[in-house]
Amino acid sequence: MSLVHVLGFGLKVGHLIWMICWWFVSVISMNWFGNGGIMDPKMSLLGGKDPIGWWERVLGRISLIHHHCSQYVGSKRVSNTWWRKLLYTWLVGSTICSMWTFFYMSSQAAEKRKETLTSMCDERARMLQDQFNVSMNHVQAISILISTFHHGKNPSVIDQRTFARYAERTAFERPLTSGVAYAVRVLHSEREQFEKQHGWTIKRMDTIEQKPVHKDDYEPENLEPSPIQEEYAPVIFAQDTVSHVVSLDMLSGKEDRENVLRARASGKGVLTAPFRLLKTNRLGVILTFAVYKMDLPANATPNERIRATAGYIGGVFHIQSLVEKLLQQLASKQNIVVTVLDTTNQSYPISMYGSSSNASDDSLEDVSMLNFGDPFRKHEMHCRYKERAPWPVLEIATSSGIIVIAFLMGYIFHATMNRIAKVEDDCREMSRLKKEAEAADVAKSQFLATVSHEIRTPMNGVLGMLDILMDTDLDVTQQDYVRTAQASGKALVSLINEVLDQAKIESGKLELEAVQFDLRAILDDVLSLFSGKSQEKGVELAVYISDRVPDKLIGDPGRFRQIITNLMGNSIKFTEKGHIFVTVYLVEEVRDSSDVETISSPRNTLSGFPVPERRLSWSKFRGFSQEGPPCPSLSSFSHPVNLIVSVEDTGEGIPLEAHPRIFTPFVQVGPSISRTHGGTGIGLSISKCLVGLMNGEIGFVSEPRVGSTFTFTAVFDNGCSSSGDYGDPQINSQSNPSTLEFHGMTALLVDPRPVRAKVSRYHIQRLGIHVEVVPDLNHSLSSVTNCKTTKIDMIIVEEEVWDKNSGSSALFVNQLSDQGVAPKLFILTNSISSSRTGNRSSGKIQGCPAVITKPLRSSMIAASLQRAMGFRNRAITRNGEISRLALRSLLRGRKILVVDDNDVNLKVAAGALKKYGADVLCVNSGIKAISLLKPPHHFDACFMDIQMPVMDGFEATKRIRAAEQSFNSESQHGDGHGEAQGRAKNWHLPVLAMTADVIHATHEQCLRYGMDGYVSKPFEAEQLYREVSRFFASETNWTL
Amino acid sequence: MDVGQMQKRLLDYMNSLLKEGILDSQFAQLQQLQDESNPDFVAEVVNLFFTDSENLINDLSNALGQQNVDFKKVDSCVHQLKGSSASIGAQRLKNTCISFRKFCDEQNLQACLMCLQEMQQEYLLLRSKLDVLLQVEKQIVAAGGSIPIMEF
Repeated sequence: MSLVHVLGFGLKVGHLIWMICWWFVSVISMNWFGNGGIMDPKMSLLGGKDPIGWWERVLGRISLIHHHCSQYVGSKRVSNTWWRKLLYTWLVGSTICSMWTFFYMSSQAAEKRKETLTSMCDERARMLQDQFNVSMNHVQAISILISTFHHGKNPSVIDQRTFARYAERTAFERPLTSGVAYAVRVLHSEREQFEKQHGWTIKRMDTIEQKPVHKDDYEPENLEPSPIQEEYAPVIFAQDTVSHVVSLDMLSGKEDRENVLRARASGKGVLTAPFRLLKTNRLGVILTFAVYKMDLPANATPNERIRATAGYIGGVFHIQSLVEKLLQQLASKQNIVVTVLDTTNQSYPISMYGSSSNASDDSLEDVSMLNFGDPFRKHEMHCRYKERAPWPVLEIATSSGIIVIAFLMGYIFHATMNRIAKVEDDCREMSRLKKEAEAADVAKSQFLATVSHEIRTPMNGVLGMLDILMDTDLDVTQQDYVRTAQASGKALVSLINEVLDQAKIESGKLELEAVQFDLRAILDDVLSLFSGKSQEKGVELAVYISDRVPDKLIGDPGRFRQIITNLMGNSIKFTEKGHIFVTVYLVEEVRDSSDVETISSPRNTLSGFPVPERRLSWSKFRGFSQEGPPCPSLSSFSHPVNLIVSVEDTGEGIPLEAHPRIFTPFVQVGPSISRTHGGTGIGLSISKCLVGLMNGEIGFVSEPRVGSTFTFTAVFDNGCSSSGDYGDPQINSQSNPSTLEFHGMTALLVDPRPVRAKVSRYHIQRLGIHVEVVPDLNHSLSSVTNCKTTKIDMIIVEEEVWDKNSGSSALFVNQLSDQGVAPKLFILTNSISSSRTGNRSSGKIQGCPAVITKPLRSSMIAASLQRAMGFRNRAITRNGEISRLALRSLLRGRKILVVDDNDVNLKVAAGALKKYGADVLCVNSGIKAISLLKPPHHFDACFMDIQMPVMDGFEATKRIRAAEQSFNSESQHGDGHGEAQGRAKNWHLPVLAMTADVIHATHEQCLRYGMDGYVSKPFEAEQLYREVSRFFASETNWTL
Repeated sequence: MDVGQMQKRLLDYMNSLLKEGILDSQFAQLQQLQDESNPDFVAEVVNLFFTDSENLINDLSNALGQQNVDFKKVDSCVHQLKGSSASIGAQRLKNTCISFRKFCDEQNLQACLMCLQEMQQEYLLLRSKLDVLLQVEKQIVAAGGSIPIMEF
C-alpha cells in the first residue's frame, strides 16, 4: 500500500514540476521576448481561456528559444553570458512566482473565510428575523383577539385571568417573547370612570425608569399615580411573566410612549430601542401593536388611525436570551461572535446582544441587516470569528516548495551548464592536443622519411664497399665477417625501406602505380626468393593460381609483391614443418563455389598437415557479404579483377591473445619473438595499408600449433581485356619462348594427394604440357602401357610416392625401361638436402630419375626438363643480368630521342641507351626536341631532362602532347589519312623525364605534364628497365 | 710493365679515387657502357666534360666578377656543372656544386666566391686524376688488355 502511495505522490510531484516548468518556460519566454505579447500568467497557470492557442504560442516560443540557443551556442562567451542571464532570470522569476503563489493562495483563503463568515452571518440573521417575525405575527394575532373579544363584545369576554391563561398557553407560538401585555387607550375624560371600573389608579412608569429598583423590591402599589395627561394607556391585561406592568401607563414610559404613538399612527408593529426592562432589568425591546376599534382600510391616514385606536398590545423580547437560544440551534456558534446592534441612531448604535470587546482583533467582520418589520428601527447583526485566521501553512508550504524546486532546477541547470562548459573546454583542449599530436605525427613521419632516406644513401656506400671487399683476397674468417656485415647491412636497408614505407603510408604519400604485370611471374619470383629458406627448413612451398585469373593485370606489382613477400616471410619464419601454400583465385570464384579448395580435411592439404579453416580468414570481408564490386571506387577500373590471395602455413600459429593487434605497426606477438625471429613487426601493418590501397581487405585465421592462413583481396584492372589478342591464359603462357619446346607434350603426374597434384599440374601445364594425374605408380604404369594413343613424354613422381616403397619404385623403373621409348622420369622433391639427391642429380643416367626441386615454378621446371631432355640449356643468370638482357631485348632497334642541355649528360645517357642497342639521337634543347617530335612520330621514346634553359622538359612535353592531341583528333575526323591510319589511332609518344632528384613531388609533376615516367639521371639498369618495359611491353600489342 | 700489373694498378688507382670520394659508382657505370662498338666512350665523355666544365667555370668566374651578380645565371651554370659532374661520377665536384647552389640561393657572394675557388681546385684535382686514369687506360688498351671494371 505504502508503495502505491509513494508512487502516487511521486506522480503528483512530477506533474506539479512539469506544470511549473511549462509555466516557467512561458514566463521566461515572455521576459525574453519583449514583443511576445502580454499574457496573464495566472490565466496561463490555470489553463487559460484558450488552452490550445496558449500551448501553440508556448511551443512556438520554445522553438524560438531553441533557435536562439543553436545560434548562440556557437560562441562560448555568448553562450556563457546567455546561460548566466537565463539562470538569474530563472531565479528571480521563480522567486516572484512563489511569492505570487503565496499571495494568491492566501487571498483565496481569506476570501473563502470571508464568504463563510458572510453566509454564517446571513443565516443567523435570517433565522433571527424569521423567528422574530413569527413572534410578531402572533403578537398581532393577540391584538386581533383583543379587538375581537374585548372591544367587539360588550361586556368584554376577556379579563386579566383569561388573557394571562391564553397568553401562557400560546407562549410556544412566540418563542422570542418573554411576555405580552395589553394596554387600553384611556382619554383623560374617561380616567375616573376607568379607574373606578378597574379598582386601581393609573400609575406612571417613568419614575421606575429613572431609578430602577431591584426585582425583589418591585412593588406596584408603591408606584406613583400617573399625573394628568391628555390620554393614558394603562395595561389592563398582561401575561403572568409580566403581570407587574398591569396598571402602568405605557404612555408615561419614554420608550413605550414613543412606541405607542408610532404604532397607532402606522398600524404596524413597532419596536422600541433596547432598554433595561422593568423588574428583570434585562436588555430587551418591546414590540407594540395598535388595536383599533374598527377595521381600517389599508390606506388610512395616521389621524384616522389615531382616532380609531382602542388600545395597544405589547410583546417583550429578551434579545439576549433570544439570540442565545437561536445560536444554540446552530452548530458552529462557537466559531463566531455575534453582535446585534440597534443602529437607528447611526452615531450611537445600541448594543442589543454581545459586546465588541471579547471579539478577536481580526478586522474581518461581517454585517447583516436585520428587518424586524419596523421601518423606523434599523438593526444590524455583526459577526466575527472568535479565533484569528489560522497560519497559512499550505500557502507557505506550496510557495516554499516552488522556490525549492525552482532553485534546485536552477542548480541543476547551473551544474549542467558548468559541465557543458567544462566539456567544451576539454573538447577544445583535446582538439588542440589532437592537432598537436597530429602535427607531431606528421613531423615524425617526415622525420622518419628523411632519416630513412639519409641512412639509405650511406648504407648503399657501405654495402657497395662490402661487395668490393668480398672480391678481394680474404681468408675464410674475413669472408665470414664481411658476409655477416653484408647480411646485416641488407637487413638494415630492407628495414629502412619498410620504415620508409610505413612513414609514406602514414603521411598518405604512398601511391600505387598502374602498370601491366604478370602475376604468375611475380609469384614465381617470390617463390624463388624463399626457396632457399624453405629447402633449408624442409618446408614445402607451393603456389597455385586459378586459371581464371587473367595473365596480365594492371596494378602495382612491386607493392603486390611486397604484400606477398611479407606474408610469406612471416609464414616461413614461423613454420618448421609442413607447407606454405599460396593460392590466388578470383573473388567471384570463391564466392560462387564455396567448395573451391576450402574443404580442408586434415589429409587434403598440401603436405598432409592440418590447417585451419581457410574460409574463416575472409569471413569478415565486406566484399563477400554484398553483391557486386566490394568497393565503389572500383569504377576507376574498366575491367576490375578481384583477386583473393591466401597464404596458408602449418606454422606455430598466432596466440589468440595476439589476434587483435596483429596488424598494429611495431607490435609483435611477444617480446621474445623479435629475439627469436627478428623483424620489426611492421610488415603486416604495411601489408594491411597496401591492401587497403588496392581496395582490398586482409584477414587471417590462426590456430596455435596448427597454422595460420592470411587472406587478402585486391582489385586490379584486367590487362588483357583491352585487346582481343589474349584469350586463354594457357595459350598466352606458351608465347614464352623458353617453354615453347614443351608444347604438346603429355606428362603423367603420380601423386595421391589431390591438392598437391593440382598445384603440380598447374605449374606443368603452364609450360604447355598436357597433364594426367594418377594416384600411384601402378596406375601410371598401366596408363603408360595401355594408352598408346597419346604418347606420354614424361612421368613426374612425387617424392613421397617414390620413397614409400623403394622396391616397387625400382620395379617401376625397370618396367618403364622395358617400354620402347621410355618416358623421362622425374621426381618432385622437397629439399635438396635429401640423401638421395646425389645419385639422382642427373636424369641422363638411364633409370635414375631426374629431380625437380620444389618449390615449383615454371622456369625451374622448364630448366629441369630442358636439362633432362637435352634441350639447349639456357643460362639462368643473376637477376641483374636478366634485367640487363631484357632491357637489351626491349630497347634493341628502338629510335630514342634524348634531350638534355648538358652535353656530358647527353653523352652518358646516349651511351647507356646505345649499350642496350637503342638507336639514339641527341638534341640539347627542348625546342629542338619539339621540332623533331611532331606526329606521326619517328621515335619510339623520348628521354627528356626536366631542367633546361629556354624551355624545360615539362613545357616541351606539354607542347608535344598538345600537338599529338590535335593530330589525333584530326586523324579521327578526317578519315583519309592513309598510312598513319592503320598504324595507330592514337599517337602517344612515351616521354620519360630524366631527373637528378627523385622527389615525390617531381613524379607527380611529371605525370601532370603528360610524361609517362621518370628515370633518375645516372641511369640504373633496373629502374630503366622498369620504366621502359612499362610502355614498350604494352606497345608490343601493336608491334607484334 | 705487363698488362696484368697495369690492370691491377688501374684498379688500385680507381679504388683510391673512390675512397677519396673523387669518383663514385657512376664512373664505373660509365666504364661499363664502353664496349667494342664504342671503345673510346669514357675518354670521349671525360674530355667533353673537361671542355664543358672549363667553359662553365670561366662563365662562373666572369659572372661572379661583375658588379651586379646575376645569381640566376650563376645558378644555372652551377646546375649544369652539377649535372655533368653527376653524370661522370665526380662526386666531390658534385657536392661542391650542391653547396654552391645553396649559397647561390642565399645570394651570398662571398661564399659563392669561396665555392668557386673550391670548385676550381676540385676540378683541377679531378682533371689531374682523370688524366692519369685515362692515360693508364690508354696504355692498357695499347698493350692489348681490357680495362678492368670496378664492381659495386
